[in-house]
Amino acid sequence: MSEPILQIRGVTKRYGGLTANKDISFDVRPGEILSVIGPNGAGKSTLFKQIAGFVTPTSGEVLFKGSRISGIAPHKVARLGVVRTFQETTIFRSMTVRENVIVSHHLRSKASLWGFFLGSAQARSDEADFARSADDIIDFLGLQAIRNELASNLPQGHLRALGMAIGLATHPQVILLDEPFAGMNHDETMRMVGLVRRLRDERGVTVLLVEHDMPAVMKISDRIVCINFGEKIAEGSPAEIQANPRVIEAYLGSEDAAIGM
Amino acid sequence: MTPSRLLGVGAFLLGVFVLVPLLIVLTGRWDFYYTLTSVALLSVGAAGVWLTFYIGRINIGQGAYALVGGYVSAILVTQAGFSFWATLPMAGLFSAAVSVAIGLPILRLRGVYFAMVTLVLTEVARLTALALPVTNGAKGITSIPLPGELSIFGLTVIPDFASLGNPKLAFYLMAAVLMVLTYLVLWRIVNSRLGHLCRSLQQNEELSASIGVNTAMLRVLAYAISSFFGGLAGAMFVAISQSIYPSSFVVTDSVNFMLYCFLGGLGYVFGPMLGTLLLYFGWDLLSVAREYQLLIYSGAMIALMLVLPNGVLSLLEKKGGGK
Repeated sequence: MSEPILQIRGVTKRYGGLTANKDISFDVRPGEILSVIGPNGAGKSTLFKQIAGFVTPTSGEVLFKGSRISGIAPHKVARLGVVRTFQETTIFRSMTVRENVIVSHHLRSKASLWGFFLGSAQARSDEADFARSADDIIDFLGLQAIRNELASNLPQGHLRALGMAIGLATHPQVILLDEPFAGMNHDETMRMVGLVRRLRDERGVTVLLVEHDMPAVMKISDRIVCINFGEKIAEGSPAEIQANPRVIEAYLGSEDAAIGM
Repeated sequence: MTPSRLLGVGAFLLGVFVLVPLLIVLTGRWDFYYTLTSVALLSVGAAGVWLTFYIGRINIGQGAYALVGGYVSAILVTQAGFSFWATLPMAGLFSAAVSVAIGLPILRLRGVYFAMVTLVLTEVARLTALALPVTNGAKGITSIPLPGELSIFGLTVIPDFASLGNPKLAFYLMAAVLMVLTYLVLWRIVNSRLGHLCRSLQQNEELSASIGVNTAMLRVLAYAISSFFGGLAGAMFVAISQSIYPSSFVVTDSVNFMLYCFLGGLGYVFGPMLGTLLLYFGWDLLSVAREYQLLIYSGAMIALMLVLPNGVLSLLEKKGGGK
């Protein structure tokens, strides 16, 4: 078995008296699709924020390829190759789809700030590279038709895809998808599931996702981690998770039908 | 650069540097020089405010940096014997340095909270100027000599202002050159990758950070550039009026800088320039209405915000024109 690419080690986050995450540990292997599930308010998003550097854990740490990334600034975490997309449809609203993707190539620019300002040869070649790569990503995600649409005019499904395009533009090694299927109908979800698979298969990106849509999670995940009341209660393959009594208990009364799909 | 844009720039430069002086000579309205010089300098300050708007921050504190720049220039000229021309960039840089120190903590704030803090800055600057010994308190610094000669390798680039028959024209040209350079820099920033990153910041700071932008650094950089422009404008005003007092720039001025940007249009680089021109002249023209001046003025501002929330320049866009 290969070395884990991401290790979550005893991560705990307290907000005053409230414990959002309590001693959560698991590993993510390179090239796998791992889902984090759990009822509303279980602490999934808090966990994601800590991995991406937006929130510092109270104790515990997150290791990326063996070095600590928890507690450092988000832009530095992104630079290392761990990139988060957002739960809300977070995009640059008043830019076109193409502009959104181009600007997101920032991490790969080689020119200095002065170079940007003066329009140095390096800056210009950067821009040309980014435009080409942006078009690649747009084609990859099937967004050709809306390339020059203003992002604020897009429907839900396209917004998610655009969010993913923004994430991809940074060339991540690990991408954190926060509820990529939320608010989608069945067809859109299935298309998105296909996309996330291709992300891993064709681009070699390790995918970590938080999701409520159980059928989609069961279909897409290699492994699943289940969190309830801030604690990890189970970890395993989709089949193991479906059969796990603690997981069933956690969902019982609220969405007992959902877990059995 | 497209031919039509080149033509536009040419026409603008011709208007500023040839037509305006020509018209003033023909009409004999020499007082317009002072007004237009003020417009040019105010629009330099407004350009800075506009840049902070561009990263998504409402800046109502430009007056503070104009005051800082003005005092730096005045003190260096009167007490250290510097040439005005040397103090001009120093005033800008000093203002920028001050803004970095202030910006580091306050740029974390967003929306109305940042605006509130900046609103206080002008008053802080005024009180500081009153209290410090070097600024000479409420008496201010007066009888500052006019800008001297500027020569490079013995070649006179700018003659001594005191020896000129018409310093008003010289000040106007100087302010206009400064304005043109400022907007050149601003235009270049906005149309380079730097501008795209600023826009990403304006629209979503968290997303911007997650694509790897050092948001804290970029915010401070934009604010420092903004304050640099403020400092330049302040230093130039001092050179023209040959004096500076703690009340040379007050909160009203800071608010005006912001209004110029709103009026011209926050989405357009040349918005603050047009906004300054319209608002400055609008106020003067309304003086015929006497006691109703402020009422009409503020009513018109409210109406404009309602009808043209994206500024006067958005009119061009509706007709299908470009930026």
